[in-house]
Formats: sequence, structure tokens, C-alpha cells
Amino acid sequence: MLSFGLQNLLSPMVLFFILGLLAVWAKSDLSIPEAVAKLLALYLLLSIGFRGGAEVSHHGLTAPLLMAITAGIVLSFGTPFIAYALLRAATRLGATDAAAIAGHYGSISAVTFAAVTGVLTQLSVRYDGYLVAVAAAMETPAIFAALLIASRERKADTGRSEFIREVAFNGSIFILLGSFAIGAITGERGVTILKPFILDPFAGALCLFLLDMGLVAGRGLRQGWRYLSFTVTSFAVVMPLIGATIAAAMAVMLGLSVGSTAVLITLAASASYIAAPAAMRLALPAANPALALTLSLGVTFPFNLLVGIPLYIAVANRIAH
Amino acid sequence: MTKYHLKKRIDIVVEAPLIRTLINTLDQAQVPGYSVLPILEGRGMLNAWSSEGQISDAANMVALLCIVDAAHADEVVDAVFAAIRDRIGFVTMSDVFVLRPERF
Repeated sequence: MLSFGLQNLLSPMVLFFILGLLAVWAKSDLSIPEAVAKLLALYLLLSIGFRGGAEVSHHGLTAPLLMAITAGIVLSFGTPFIAYALLRAATRLGATDAAAIAGHYGSISAVTFAAVTGVLTQLSVRYDGYLVAVAAAMETPAIFAALLIASRERKADTGRSEFIREVAFNGSIFILLGSFAIGAITGERGVTILKPFILDPFAGALCLFLLDMGLVAGRGLRQGWRYLSFTVTSFAVVMPLIGATIAAAMAVMLGLSVGSTAVLITLAASASYIAAPAAMRLALPAANPALALTLSLGVTFPFNLLVGIPLYIAVANRIAH
Repeated sequence: MTKYHLKKRIDIVVEAPLIRTLINTLDQAQVPGYSVLPILEGRGMLNAWSSEGQISDAANMVALLCIVDAAHADEVVDAVFAAIRDRIGFVTMSDVFVLRPERF
């Protein structure tokens, strides 16, 4: 596992992420324009969604797919309650901040999903294409769980239609599911037509995107570090491992393959910094916006990228079929 | 000689996820028009932020300005403030002079 971990650390994707962090540390003026970052995110989600849909069109709508989606929804909805309880018990955070952070940690990181699928592809480890649908299904339940938690504390602002629209039609979910559907409809024919666009440039685009993530994570840490006590920072490392453990158990019960187990564990261990932050700003205005974002992007994402993904793949190798 | 007419300019700086709420509020208050401007970076009571490299609008701020008749201004500001009271941002009102009063 150590050599695999080292191999991951020396992969182009991870090295570009580290380059981004170093650029911030060195106070370089290196930057990726916001529009370019958004375009890269769209491209990655489109590519992942399309390939997942094409895979499902090959195998069809099956019981394992439906069970995996159900497991994902259960994971996404249940994890915020664990995260909230842990934060309230172990830190000095108030109910609102704890609920907002919990919502981030039940939802998933599409970028971490892109990273683990990229690593698995490099290792020639196959995973089930329907996990794209599982990823999309896991984006939203956590947000509603966080609202439920905050409502119990009477701290949520849920009376806005914009919140529902933001959650239901969030751009990243829309492109992920939409391209999944198009991939499912067009199947192998679609893959053949789009291969030069969605397959060949994927690794390079991921490198550029992770460079940007390094810059954003580094800046976020530099600005938000004062909010991070030792216990709060520890949460950002411990919570992914708790989510990973629960997901590992579910993967064994579902009988998932090695690749699919690794993906499900990574999804459960990840924290959102695209869909959840905007929804939490709408629903929990009193929460400190810098706190959750610094944790999910500045601590959990680097942890998962550098340490988590190789760990989760190693665990999947041990426990899966 | 050109005649100038006194109107009120309302400037709002607010979190980007709230922009739809704000636009709906202004539409309901029947303002004659508004403009939305992106903000590149800034610093407030909590911390500094930048829109560079962000893929989500959650951490971004936007500015919205509108010009209204003085008689209508208080009603618009009250509606805006009610919509964004607990949010990060600010609302200001100032005097401006326009050349075509019938448009505001």
C-alpha cells in the first residue's frame, strides 16, 4: 500500500494540485480565470456523466444499480447527523455552524469523484458506470438533512423558492445527470463520436483543474485558518474516515467490485464545496461561510486526494470481490 | 442648457446565491430597471475573498444598482432590506441626477 500511496503522490494530477498549493505559499500571481475554472468543471462533469451513462446503456437498468443508488441516498442523508453530533460533542461550534458543516460532509465532491475515477482508470481498475448516478443522487439528501437538523434548532431559513431551485436544479447535478442521460441514450455510438473530446483530454483537463483547486484550497486556508481550531481541523480528517468506513460496510453488503467499492467509499468520504455551499448560504445565513468551505476544500479535499484515495483503493482491494 | 433631475440610486452588495431573490424583490417593487455587476474580490468583517478560480458562486459577491424616483425609494429599500437582512452585504442610497427622468 505504501508504494501505491507514493505512486499516487507522484501522479501528475496530485503534483499539479501540490503545485497550486505551492504557488499560494510562494505568493505567486498564478491564477486560473473564474470562467476557465467553471468550464473545466463543466467538462469534467460532462465527461464523467456521459461515460457513466454509456456504461449503463450497455448493462441496462439493473437491481444492483437501484440498490447502489438507495445506499448512496441513505449515506448522504444519514452522514450529516453523525457529523453534527461529532461537531457538537467535540468542538465549541454552535448549532448553526455545525449544521452547515454537516450538510457539506453528507454531500459529495464531484472533483474528488473525478480524481478517484481518474486514478482507477490509470490503474486499469474498472468500476460500474452507474456510480455516476449514485454520485448525483448523493449531492442533495445531505442538504435536506442539514436543514432538518437546523430546523430542530430553529435556525434555518427554508421559506424561499430559490433554495428549492438551487438544490433541485443545481448546475453540477444538472450537467452530471443530463450528460449521463445522453450517454445512456447514445451508448457506444456516442462514445465513438465523442472519444477525442471526452476521453483523450480528460487527464490533462483534470490536471489543470486540480492546479486551480490547489490555488483555491491554498488561498482558502491562508484566509480561513484562524477559524480552524485543532478539534475542528481534526473533524475534517476524521469525518471522511467515518464516512468511508460506513460506505465500506455498505459496499460489502451490496457485493460491489473493487473499483465500485473504492468509488463509493471515496464519495462517502468526500465533502461538497460546489453544490452544498450555495444551498447552505441560502438556508443557514447565520453560519460562517468561511468555516465549512475552508474545512471541505482546504483540509478534507487535500486529505482525500493525497492520502484518502490510495487508502480507500487499498481497502477496496481487501474487502471487495 | 441641459436640465438635470434628482433621483435616488440604490446600491446593493450581496452574496451571489441571493441574486435571484433580490431580482424578484425588485421586480415585485416595480423598479424601472436594474444592473448586476460582478465583484472581483473584497474584504468584510469576516475575511477577505476573491472570485479567482472559484467554481461555485457560494463565496462570491455581486453588486446590483438601480435608479428610482425619490418618492418610491424608501419602499424599494424596505423591500430589499427585508429580503437580505441577515445576509452578508450592504445597501446604500444616494442622490443622483439624470437627464431622462421619464425613464426612472
